[in-house]
Amino acid sequence: MMHRRAFLRSTAYGAAAIGLLPGLSGPAAAQTVDTLKLFVPANPGGGWDQTARSIELALKQANLIKGAQVTNVGGAGGAVGLPQFVNQWKGQGNALMVAGMVMVGALIANKSPVKLSQVTPIARLTGEFQVVVVPAASPHKTLADLVAAFKADPAKVSWAGGSAGGSDHILAGMIAKAAGGDPKKVSYVAYSGGGPALAALLGNQVTCGISGFGEFGEQIKAGKLRALAISADKRQAGIDIPTIREQGIDVELFNWRGVFAPPGVKDADRAAMIDLMTRMNASPAWAEQLKARDWTGIFLAGDAYGKYIEQENARIEAILKDIGLA
Amino acid sequence: METLGLLADGFAVALQPVNLLWAIVGVTLGTAVGVLPGLGPALTIALLLPITFHVPATAAFILFAGIYYGAMYGGSTTSILLNTPGESATIITALEGHKMARKGRAAAALATAAIGSFIAGTIGTLGITFLAPPLVELALQFGPADYFSLMVLAFVAVSAVLGSSVLRGLTALAFGILLGLIGIDLQTGQPRFTFGLPELLDGINVIVVAVGLFAVGETLYLASRPLGHATLTPLKGRAWMTREDWRRSWKPWLRGSVLGFPFGALPAGGAEVPTFISYFVEKKLSRHPEEFGHGAIEGVAGPEAANNASAAGVLVPMLALGLPTSATAAIMLSAFQSYGINPGPLLLQTQPELVWGLIASLYVGNVMLLVLNLPLAGLWAKILAIPSPWLYGGILMFATIGTYGISQSPIDLILLYLIGGVGYLMRRFDFPAAPTVIGMILGPFAEQEFRRALTISGGEFSVFATRPLSAMLLGLAVLLLVVPLLLRHRR
Repeated sequence: MMHRRAFLRSTAYGAAAIGLLPGLSGPAAAQTVDTLKLFVPANPGGGWDQTARSIELALKQANLIKGAQVTNVGGAGGAVGLPQFVNQWKGQGNALMVAGMVMVGALIANKSPVKLSQVTPIARLTGEFQVVVVPAASPHKTLADLVAAFKADPAKVSWAGGSAGGSDHILAGMIAKAAGGDPKKVSYVAYSGGGPALAALLGNQVTCGISGFGEFGEQIKAGKLRALAISADKRQAGIDIPTIREQGIDVELFNWRGVFAPPGVKDADRAAMIDLMTRMNASPAWAEQLKARDWTGIFLAGDAYGKYIEQENARIEAILKDIGLA
Repeated sequence: METLGLLADGFAVALQPVNLLWAIVGVTLGTAVGVLPGLGPALTIALLLPITFHVPATAAFILFAGIYYGAMYGGSTTSILLNTPGESATIITALEGHKMARKGRAAAALATAAIGSFIAGTIGTLGITFLAPPLVELALQFGPADYFSLMVLAFVAVSAVLGSSVLRGLTALAFGILLGLIGIDLQTGQPRFTFGLPELLDGINVIVVAVGLFAVGETLYLASRPLGHATLTPLKGRAWMTREDWRRSWKPWLRGSVLGFPFGALPAGGAEVPTFISYFVEKKLSRHPEEFGHGAIEGVAGPEAANNASAAGVLVPMLALGLPTSATAAIMLSAFQSYGINPGPLLLQTQPELVWGLIASLYVGNVMLLVLNLPLAGLWAKILAIPSPWLYGGILMFATIGTYGISQSPIDLILLYLIGGVGYLMRRFDFPAAPTVIGMILGPFAEQEFRRALTISGGEFSVFATRPLSAMLLGLAVLLLVVPLLLRHRR
């Protein structure tokens, strides 16, 4: 297991915040947790890892914890890490796992024996909306054009995106279904990530592509890709792309990320963690992280979050069934 | 020329003392992680990402580029000396390199690898400087059908490592393809051959298999022989490369570079495939094909040049389009984002100082790596003077630590020794190990592209013949396979 001592700890900033100027950042009693243990069921560098890193940074800047320790156990959309978190981290009150929508889908598609319902929901933190694009040279100008082509002959419309059953595939299936087509007939071409899928789009190898907005944003700006729609609930400031719903297809999807405590933690520990995340969410340091990473804050804590996960599980399972993966 | 002016500006950035220091730190660190099997440049850079909060962008990227190039040099050292590939792109180097080392020619093998890496790295960097935009346009023309045909061509290259018995060679290849299919199928999300073990969902790491078959298998085999049977000549004759070595190395260096660079620029090219093809080409063109398998220097010079040139090629789509085509490039792109720089097609226009500073630092780093590695060649070679039982004990320990470093998972260690046991049996019954590793890399690659091509074409098999690139590559593969057979028949 990989333990990363926080790099910031010894820096002047950290020392100032923690040791030298306690009076400025609230009473020392505000520190609810001494050392937070973050479990990331993905390899360093990806979205969940970045979320863990941002949590660590924001909590320290807000003087809510002394230090954090990050453990990465990557693989299979989180299906490799989750069993470890459930079995080996059971009852640890100062531990949080970062996960999200991708894990819900991966666990269903892999028929994993370990379920997300076994861990303790703490808070949903961020969401990233997705974008549907076509190559600049494509004849399709709007989402309606693309959907019409799909309904006329599904075999002629290929959709590029991340791994099968992931958030990109799910959105493709949702659009197909809501538009009155057959989601099973979606010719989905899975790539190992946004990068290789991007290459296929730029080379005009596929009809359209779906990914997180961040991965395609620059190519859209440079005019190499044409954005047809975003999966957000409403128009986004500074982004001149209509939502899917605006174009008459009732679909909305956020690739959400959140944190979970291990199974079997004490009620007091659970309450303390919810409190910690609530305080972090209110801090300017967290707002700064959201802005720097282009994430939308969609905070939801405790029981409401638990209920949300149940709904997501049912919704995603239904979509994966429609696509033919579950 | 405008490019030269920009490059000169880049050198002005790269040659600042503090940036030179970052480059030295980078290449040294890179060489070290390249030597350790399992710890690759991608993981190292990912672990160093937090420094992006503290140092300026230029310095961070010079450091990362140093690590990236350094790892390519370091990987060959253990392949040659210990038969333990540090990187998947140096697996082929172990084939001839380790044979050379056992004959007392370790220093020559290390030297031809280092100089070849330098030449290829320089040619590759020149390629980035002058050819990036047109090359990227060409590379994007490759669709799934074309990649599949390219893999068919690469499979022909496997014939160079099949060994004396074609049946044994093909069996080893099939075993490798089977190993490669373990894990979640990307196109359907379903697990295959995982036996319900979550640790197998992401497949078996190719380094575990390569180290298991080469290092562990070989060690077990030697241990099973009477003591003193292991014929290891620490040093024979002149340590350095002879005139003959130079004469036999320079063409493979150039051919490897020219082959590797465009492969790296392909969005799904990778650094391993060009090393297989280079090995095949060198074996076919060599005047001493009988030496292949017994320590032919061309078999080190060509593949080593190919893997370094392709490492440079990988940076082409990254810098020209913001397209990450390897794990390392993807992590470097996420570092761009921590600086608020959005890597994309406009990167060259919006951040010229950063991009050209990075390119110039690649030239600088390459020179540093040559200076660092050449004098070390003789020193490293002395490792082989250690008595065999101790040396092989050390190799086993080194292989174990390195494998544990991949994912810190005990399952990987169990796999390493299981595969090591298979490697021992293969060695005992004269099955070649290289086709297994090659099959493991090429098999799943070819399968995924085949299925992508058919999904896009709506199930029409004709795409492989109607796309001009694909048809050309398939034709070439057929020629390479059939012509030698015909020639042999006529004789």
